[in-house]
Amino acid sequence: MDFYRAQVLCCGGTGCTSSGSGEIIKRFEEQIVKFGLDKEIKIVRTGCFGLCAAGPVVIVYPEGTFYSHVRVEDVDEIVSEHLLKGRIVKHLTYQDKERGEEQHLSLESIGFYQKQKRIVLRNCGVIDPENIDEYIAFDGYKALEKVLTSMKPAEVIQVVLDSGLRGRGGAGFPTGLKWKFAAASKGEQKYMVCNADEGDPGAFMDRSVLEGDPHAVLEAMTIAGFAVGATEGYIYVRAEYPIAVKRLEIAIKQAREYGLLGKNILGSGFDFDISIRLGAGAFVCGEETALMASIEGMRGEPRSKPPFPAVKGLFAMPTNINNVETFANIPQIIINGADWFRSIGTEKSTGTKVFALGGKINNTGLVEIPMGTKLREIIYDIGGGIPGGKKFKAVQTGGPSGGCIPAELLDIPIEYDTLTQIGSMMGSGGMIVMDEDNCMVDIARFFLDFTVDESCGKCTPCRIGTRRMLEILDRIVNGKGVEGDLEKLERLGRNIKATALCGLGQTAPNPVLSTIHYFRDEYEAHIRDKRCPAHHCQALLNFYITDKCRGCTACAKVCPADAITGVVKERHVIDTTKCIKCGSCVEKCRFGAIEKR
Amino acid sequence: MTEQKDKFAKLQEAIDEHKGQKGALMPVLQAAQSIFDCVPLDAQEYIADALGTTLSDVYGVATFYSQFSLQPKGKYVVGVCLGTACYVRGSQKVLDRVEKELGIKVGITSKDGQFTLQATRCLGACGLAPVMMVNDEVYGRLTADEIPSILEKYRD
Repeated sequence: MDFYRAQVLCCGGTGCTSSGSGEIIKRFEEQIVKFGLDKEIKIVRTGCFGLCAAGPVVIVYPEGTFYSHVRVEDVDEIVSEHLLKGRIVKHLTYQDKERGEEQHLSLESIGFYQKQKRIVLRNCGVIDPENIDEYIAFDGYKALEKVLTSMKPAEVIQVVLDSGLRGRGGAGFPTGLKWKFAAASKGEQKYMVCNADEGDPGAFMDRSVLEGDPHAVLEAMTIAGFAVGATEGYIYVRAEYPIAVKRLEIAIKQAREYGLLGKNILGSGFDFDISIRLGAGAFVCGEETALMASIEGMRGEPRSKPPFPAVKGLFAMPTNINNVETFANIPQIIINGADWFRSIGTEKSTGTKVFALGGKINNTGLVEIPMGTKLREIIYDIGGGIPGGKKFKAVQTGGPSGGCIPAELLDIPIEYDTLTQIGSMMGSGGMIVMDEDNCMVDIARFFLDFTVDESCGKCTPCRIGTRRMLEILDRIVNGKGVEGDLEKLERLGRNIKATALCGLGQTAPNPVLSTIHYFRDEYEAHIRDKRCPAHHCQALLNFYITDKCRGCTACAKVCPADAITGVVKERHVIDTTKCIKCGSCVEKCRFGAIEKR
Repeated sequence: MTEQKDKFAKLQEAIDEHKGQKGALMPVLQAAQSIFDCVPLDAQEYIADALGTTLSDVYGVATFYSQFSLQPKGKYVVGVCLGTACYVRGSQKVLDRVEKELGIKVGITSKDGQFTLQATRCLGACGLAPVMMVNDEVYGRLTADEIPSILEKYRD
């Protein structure tokens, strides 16, 4: 193995790639050759570091210098100053907004990382995901070796049971129990399936694991295959994740070459192989029975349970299916033991959970925290609070299946059961922060719109019920709500929850029910007073020019309806009867003089 | 016409690769989508014959998944992200502006075949919200005002 005096880690996750990290990596490679440093310095394209808001991200080791918002034109300076002369380019390093002028030069010292505990993401942003040797150097395949050489299948299952690990896809079913059922099932062939159909809009942790540490998933699936007696595995991954698919393909190929997949793995006599199946853009395929129908080449429609997949799953054979993040925990649990895993998190929710933090928050990105951490800590200590000095209103977890959590509940610990109790759910890990400008009725409408779009149409409550709910919500945000709408929504919601066929329908009313529960006054303002308290719903707003107006005439010129009149250098006026509420004037005004009321 | 022949030859290759495999229909349809840029009816008939299934089965699957389209898409596919993170940060305004500029609604291809507009669900670049994609190019931290100049680049 070659030795390098410094390593430059460039984030090759989707977020940073979108903002041009590919070009940055290319430039680094060109520059180190130009200065003759290519034998001394290694450029590594890693997976996601997590702090997407600061992307594209570059980290230089051994110092651990953290460069953020790097542009291609910054590369030359980093190479000539830092890599050649050893002088850190301070003006390009990450600046912690909270702490002002103080300069934080290393990754570990940043507030964003301090409260995190990285088990699932431990290799993301650290290793080159396209190189199996780097994974092995970080204890990769050590768990598989331990399992195949010194453990019986039942012992493996017991460790997972004892660890208390619960499904990270959202519902939180104990993983060990799932394995136990699949192991106990009889069938001429058993299957191991990894659910990587991450469809929750605003959640991307599974993708980051696949992009940043694909071997961890392969290793875990092989361990699980050994435990339940499956010899064939499938990874069902969204086609919308091209980087993840590519890295999985590379990882599978390398693992086969190393004898870590295929026949007689590590000489143990155990055979296991994995193939990839691509999703085709149907959210419902995240539901396990729909996912299996899709692998079988059919419409991805769910079916009723029982029989559970452990008894009759893929191709009518016993099947175990887990989510990416669940699998990514397995190798660490095997190496460090169930007691170690239990020592993290809370009694009923052990270990950590990865969240995709987004929306109105300063530090957008991926965070992994021990279970039991308070929402407040995630949003303020790790997330860095709300941008622009705005007031926090709610945080949404669980995506289209979850609910909105208001400010007064920010001190609850994050656990499966507490989140369910307050009308939300853990979900796969999307965590979207909303501030005072977000209208909760509109957010509920947004999620319902998503569900209606993605409902497969097989069962009536979901196909028709969610549509009726959406129609009512549409009416409310357009100022046409009537007394009794809320009661109708609640009754419909309860009925859909009780009667829909699969998890998609059973949880679809949650965003509506939770917002009605916690933000009833906002709904009532829309219905009774025809007013949107967040000043968001266009149909309920009137635009108004305040005395900040300098009479620059920009608004009058841009108004497509000629609704604004006024003389130069004098305050203008909007004729609300002509105004079509397009908002063009607000965007144009440089003095912040136009308000929505 | 020979172009069409080539495409069917390529489709046959994909069928040969997957035939006999369990659940072959999905990967074959995915190949067809990339070869024809959509899954036209004659290709569906061809696939049904080759895999020994019925056209209704093939059509059922082809129309279930949003990745498959029955008509070809425009030269540039504009996808405005309506994932939650983008929505909360105002992507609806971006989408409204794109609709206005292109004169087409979501799901429609412009008459000249130049643009197809889509509302996508989470491109996974939540740190850059709101986000829009034009083919493979990603535009992040958008405001509605930037839309005309971005789209201008793609008008031939």
